[in-house]
Amino acid sequence: MAETPLVELNDISIAFGGVQAVDHVSVDLYPGEVVGLLGHNGAGKSTLIKCLSGAYRMDSGEIRINGEPAEINNPRDARAYNIETIYQALALADNLDAASNLFLGRELTTMTGLVDDGAMESETRKVMGRLNPYFQKFSSPVSALSGGQRQSVAIARAVYFNARILIMDEPTAALGPQETRMVADLIQELKKQNLGIFLIDHDVHQVKELCDRAAVMKNGKLVGVVKVDDVTTDDLLGMIIAGKTPEGVAA
Amino acid sequence: MTDTASKDADTDLPQARKRGLVASLELDMRLLGMIGAFIVIAVVFNILTGGRFLTPRNVFNLTIQTVSVAIMATGMVFVIVTRHIDLSVGSLLATTSAVMAMLQTEWLLQIFGFSLGHPALPWLAILGGLVAGTVIGAFNGYLIGYLTIPAFIVTLGGLLIWRNVAWYTTNGQTIGPLNETYQMFGGISGTLGTTWSWTFAVVASVAALYALWSARRTKQGHGFPVKPLWAEGAVGAIAVGAIMGFIWLLNSYEVPQRVLERDFEARGEVLPEGYTAAYGLPISVLLLILVALVMTIVARRTRLGRYIFATGGNPDAAELSGINTRLLTVKIFAIMGFLCALSAVVASARLSFHSNDIGTLDELRVIAAAVIGGTALSGGIGTIYGAILGALIMQSLQSGMAMVGVDAPFQNIVVGAVLILAVLIDIIYRKRTGDT
Repeated sequence: MAETPLVELNDISIAFGGVQAVDHVSVDLYPGEVVGLLGHNGAGKSTLIKCLSGAYRMDSGEIRINGEPAEINNPRDARAYNIETIYQALALADNLDAASNLFLGRELTTMTGLVDDGAMESETRKVMGRLNPYFQKFSSPVSALSGGQRQSVAIARAVYFNARILIMDEPTAALGPQETRMVADLIQELKKQNLGIFLIDHDVHQVKELCDRAAVMKNGKLVGVVKVDDVTTDDLLGMIIAGKTPEGVAA
Repeated sequence: MTDTASKDADTDLPQARKRGLVASLELDMRLLGMIGAFIVIAVVFNILTGGRFLTPRNVFNLTIQTVSVAIMATGMVFVIVTRHIDLSVGSLLATTSAVMAMLQTEWLLQIFGFSLGHPALPWLAILGGLVAGTVIGAFNGYLIGYLTIPAFIVTLGGLLIWRNVAWYTTNGQTIGPLNETYQMFGGISGTLGTTWSWTFAVVASVAALYALWSARRTKQGHGFPVKPLWAEGAVGAIAVGAIMGFIWLLNSYEVPQRVLERDFEARGEVLPEGYTAAYGLPISVLLLILVALVMTIVARRTRLGRYIFATGGNPDAAELSGINTRLLTVKIFAIMGFLCALSAVVASARLSFHSNDIGTLDELRVIAAAVIGGTALSGGIGTIYGAILGALIMQSLQSGMAMVGVDAPFQNIVVGAVLILAVLIDIIYRKRTGDT
């Protein structure tokens, strides 16, 4: 491909107290593409992606954004590269309302330097109206929201701040079928806007449906990267469980 | 897309009309509960004391006794909201009080050659105390935030350290009498008098009404639902009524004749026949009101406050949102230290001297005030007004029981039991409403 990858993770390694959580893994991501990261619990997929989001610091390896080497030491650095993360554990402050969460760390302020709750709620209503028109609980703390509503707040946060690279850690794990559908539609919409998305998931069917390519990890090592259209769900399961790449499909 | 937003706002409106009286007033139920508890306490003690509890004189005393703990309790809200604790506030109060007492009676005189009555003396002393409190608080915050020593340990150590730094600073002596201007912050020796108290009441009322009006206008400006005008008016009337009533009560506390006589004598005049004067609003209470106002704005309308509550609600989320939670901890404890020094001004000025045991056990009163006021030890929840009301409720219980003649040990037993009961009620209330 002539195009420069949006993200290149080259030869990333990270160990925790002697356990090699990620062992020399390389994955890349192109604009308008969804790359699924598959693997068992503890395969290292979340750990790998946390090096990109700035939550962990890798021991060795290199991250390139738009072909340029990138220095990502903390979540603030990641944000500067327009990398937004939607975490599995739903990183929202439960005691604050949707608008406060959406703008957390990047509040809109009035001329006097005070936070402008009115403007933030107004913006939140606009972006939520696009993502989840049924959402009404703007003045409740997010602890009063359903899993899907909370997820839509988290996604709204990424969308609002013009993410170029989106990391989704099991975005549909806590959701019902309808809300899962909503997130799937949203991912298609974000692809059209040329975002690159890393999608971490357990569900092989979900990955087949939503992703362009899938990277499978096992015990901290990369089993292989395949185009999802070239493989069956059984092939993907084989990669996850046995760690074997089917013949002739490596992307 | 803007269409969807305005449609959302429209669909909210019919709901607003269907709501009940309390809901349309949009009053805070927890605030109402605390005010209710306070009224019950006041009425019961008033009956038990044969009407002595709610006299202007006792209300006046109650407010000035509450100020010192209440000022610190507002800072404790931030500390507890971020899931920390500060056990050193009473000792820090003692250290800063000692510093200020020494500054105005010895150090400043030695350094600058000031005489005892120099007009800059009290202000430089207060400045020195506030700086000392802020620096010590920030140091505590550094140990907790950056060196990750638990706040419980840092401040438990601090409880011993600062109590004895105070002792060492003064050689254990009582330092006094303190400067007369300084003593104005103590309560009865510094009050606004009738005219200025009413002026304050009018200014405060106008400010309250303006705040209500501007909040409504902001909501309308964004097309959000607003409460009906009558409800807005009712809330405004309650606010103005409360302010006016409070000032009226304080203005009803007349200065005793013999005190007036002495004052006139001191000026070389004779007390005119039929002359009366009232104390009005104490400067220390005015100070508390200002602290409450500033702390409420910090909590609700600044990034700092937003980050404090976000960190308390979910520290990981705050960290991942790019909030520097370590520096935040330093700031919170620096604010706590500053407020301890401010309380030290009020406490020592009220006594008119610095004593070695000043502020003893205040840490427990301050934590209890914040917790009775609805601050959750699990973090993320708490209000400034709640903490002040909590302090007022505790002080009312204590002084009410003293007036009734309850034995000292029983007084403390009751206050302890009330603390536990208040938290139990809060837990039950939160379970019922599904509020975490």
